[in-house]
Amino acid sequence: MIKIQIKIKTYTESGAMKRFKHTVLLFLFLVLLWALLTPHNMQEIWAGVAVSALVALFTLRMDPVLGDLKLTPKSFLYLLIYIFVFIKELVISNLDVARRVVDPKLPIKPGIVKVKTKLNSRIGRTILANSITLTPGTLTVDIKDEYLYIHWIEIKHDDLEGATKDIVQKFEKYLEVIFG
Amino acid sequence: MELAGAIITLIGSIFLFLGALGLLRMPDIFNRMQAGTKATTLGSILFLTGSAMAHAECTCTGKIVILILFIIFTNPLSSHALARAAHFIGIPLAKKTVKDDLAEDEKKEEGGQL
Repeated sequence: MIKIQIKIKTYTESGAMKRFKHTVLLFLFLVLLWALLTPHNMQEIWAGVAVSALVALFTLRMDPVLGDLKLTPKSFLYLLIYIFVFIKELVISNLDVARRVVDPKLPIKPGIVKVKTKLNSRIGRTILANSITLTPGTLTVDIKDEYLYIHWIEIKHDDLEGATKDIVQKFEKYLEVIFG
Repeated sequence: MELAGAIITLIGSIFLFLGALGLLRMPDIFNRMQAGTKATTLGSILFLTGSAMAHAECTCTGKIVILILFIIFTNPLSSHALARAAHFIGIPLAKKTVKDDLAEDEKKEEGGQL
């Protein structure tokens, strides 16, 4: 316990803040997960809370990835909107792929395009890449710094700007508020 | 409720079937991944939701929510890893392919190092 506290002090103020936020969020997330898994009695839930606290403390020395989350009312609102946008895109993407698969002509025009993202946090980029994979006709192949390489099943734009506008921006405007 | 669950499960399995069909019909690994990832994600989600609705008497709804969350997070990650590895070892793209920015950039980088 003492060792951990010393470690926090050596980091800069904002770094310690991020670390604290990450730990608290991870703890809450683990408790929620446990509560969903075992809704039997209070004793089990308290045991889960204790173990979650321990696990959250152990991750203090790891990278505070969740620390980039912004906790403002606006970001919560955008998170909710984002979930709906995501579900909508997921359904569209499935219908789109299903249409291509059953079409006897197999209407595809695939290629790998490069797009640019404005997001700075790593968790933001991860979620962006995952969302892109689950949206119509696109699949993230590689990420290099701020550029994402995306396999597109039907290329509509050849240039960086056009592709970025088509693929990235519908998610980016929400993720920008949530993660920065 | 049970009927609604059964219908949702059926829709989910149709998506899974279309995903499998896509795997057979698509010309190269990346296009196959497209069909595989998307269809299995929504298919499994619908399938699980349907089972939860059909068996409302069991206390497994929470577990199914967790399963759906994990599928949403891990499915695109695994396909990303596969696609990246496939491109890295140089599996050729289909003949219909129009362009490949990643290969071009990699060539440029190699040229810069030499």
